[in-house]
Amino acid sequence: MKQTFTSPDTKGYYGKFGGAYIPEMLHRNVEELQSKYLEIMYEKGFREEFNALLKDYVGRPTPLFLAERLSKQFNTNIYLKREDLNHTGAHKINNAIGQVLLAQRLGKKRIIAETGAGQHGVATATVCALKGIECIVYMGVKDIERQAPNVARMKMLGAKVMPATSGSQTLKDATNEAIRDWINNPTDTHYVIGSVVGPHPYPDMVARFQSVISEETRWQLKEKTGSELPTHVVACVGGGSNAAGAFYHFLDEPQVQLVAVEAAGLGVNSGHSAATTQLGTAGVLHGSKSIVMQTEDGQVVEPHSISAGLDYPGIGPLHAHLFDSGRGKFLSATDDESVQAAFNLCKLEGIIPALESAHALAGLNQLQLNEKNVVVLCLSGRGDKDLATYMNRMDA
Amino acid sequence: MNRIEQVFKNKNSKVLNVYCTAGYPKLDSTLEVMQALQESGADLIELGMPYSDPLADGPVIQHSGSIALSNGMTIATLFKQLKDFRKTVTVPVILMGYMNPVMQYGFEKFCSDAAAVGIDGLILPDLPQYEFETEYGAIIKKYGLDFIFLVTPETSEKRVKELDALSTGFLYAVSSSSTTGNDKDFGAVETYLQRLKNLQLNNPVLVGFGIKDKQTFESASKHSNGAIIGSAFVKALENSSDIKADTKKFIANVLA
Repeated sequence: MKQTFTSPDTKGYYGKFGGAYIPEMLHRNVEELQSKYLEIMYEKGFREEFNALLKDYVGRPTPLFLAERLSKQFNTNIYLKREDLNHTGAHKINNAIGQVLLAQRLGKKRIIAETGAGQHGVATATVCALKGIECIVYMGVKDIERQAPNVARMKMLGAKVMPATSGSQTLKDATNEAIRDWINNPTDTHYVIGSVVGPHPYPDMVARFQSVISEETRWQLKEKTGSELPTHVVACVGGGSNAAGAFYHFLDEPQVQLVAVEAAGLGVNSGHSAATTQLGTAGVLHGSKSIVMQTEDGQVVEPHSISAGLDYPGIGPLHAHLFDSGRGKFLSATDDESVQAAFNLCKLEGIIPALESAHALAGLNQLQLNEKNVVVLCLSGRGDKDLATYMNRMDA
Repeated sequence: MNRIEQVFKNKNSKVLNVYCTAGYPKLDSTLEVMQALQESGADLIELGMPYSDPLADGPVIQHSGSIALSNGMTIATLFKQLKDFRKTVTVPVILMGYMNPVMQYGFEKFCSDAAAVGIDGLILPDLPQYEFETEYGAIIKKYGLDFIFLVTPETSEKRVKELDALSTGFLYAVSSSSTTGNDKDFGAVETYLQRLKNLQLNNPVLVGFGIKDKQTFESASKHSNGAIIGSAFVKALENSSDIKADTKKFIANVLA
């Protein structure tokens, strides 16, 4: 397979990033996925079932909404891709449906997942409930505390939430625990990774399941503006799944500027940040070679972001390649800037965004935009889960 | 003939390899533990380099790594500790660790420094076959280090043979598909080991994961050249006030 931005090489490399750096205990499962994922996901029956669920269960296509008052503020044209209107409240469900359907075709009886903000955990628990499959979600102890509503939702949906108590007790450690579970259950279990991270084929598989975002954007934009191509696509990046989906069908359109906004936490150089491309170096994390926040000795550091979904010390290999090759523009927004951007969107458009998506909104301040620009911003999730954080900030 | 080959030349069965974590239980106990293992009768030592995200390890070894890291252990510190270790330790020593810290140290510099202090081989469970064959294997070979691949009950016969052909020193047979320190029924393991034996591999086979005492050591050794003890020994050192005595006691029980 020829390597392009939309497709890694046969070993899973995007430029120098990717691969499958896994212990032998995972080899059989990962190799099975590598050899079958494309065939299964482009098989006619699979497409039909996947598309029908996206339409009738998730509520796709999600609207592409011209945010007029926000546009006026930035003197440009901003279209919000409303992934927040998906069933379960974020883009995560696109991938969860895809992978659970794939797991069924692989004959797997048990689903495991990791989650940070809880959105991927809720999405996976939802699809498992729909399909009657056992679901176990690993979640960092710290995230269980700060995302209580999503923990309750997962439990109500019948999933077992397993607290990850090691390390920084956030998304990184939940991912470690999920991988260990998979090692210990090699035959009956499929691991539904929620982002474009992990060993090949996960980054490519997740990007393809999420690519429905940009697939819709193209025809929706054509209807509204007469052109399929915007000048900018803006999305937040933790591991990078909503960005991968929002960028996907524009990756090979060099005139479209792809803007990824990372979480700067308390400030890029504050020591409490999750801005991986600015602070990280090449390394291996969770089975792929990418850019990783780490010490000089190669120990992975504990990131910080107000947004649990962006609180991750790595980034998907596709994004590392977009960064490294210059194809993507990487910005970062602090906790404070993102919270302000969220309140701004509430006030101007009547939409409460997730803290993750608020980072993409905050990124708008750093772009030189004019009235000729057409900006598509991926509003990856809704802010219901973050109300406690927002309320705290409102009092202050 | 290198040190690992020598071990298997002298001893064809019941070869005992013991894992310990560098910088655990104290930063400067690395050498003391290795010396105690040698004196107690370990034939090889697998020295673990602690890592923040050790995917193949269970809670016991992971915890020892966290302690070692908070003690201040780094690869650079380890090589300083090992500078003169060959004056007292003569058994083969294999460094076990994960790709990320090694890459960060510089893969070639790592191999060069390891060989310079007298390390015999490497186990890097997350270095894949493809990257080994295309990039890293040649560097490892250049410095005369052995590289040991892992195989599991899920590894196909064809792949076992491929990994055996790439390995030097010995082949590491993971007893069951699990992380280290996992307690699974050992009976089922024997058929798997017999299957490996029938393949007539180039390398000696040592069995790891789930080996914790005399009984498991002996049943693993029945169908292989020996076994590797990890978590059980790490646990034995957890609150040790006398490393030498506790090591002796632990190994004596295994070899009794």
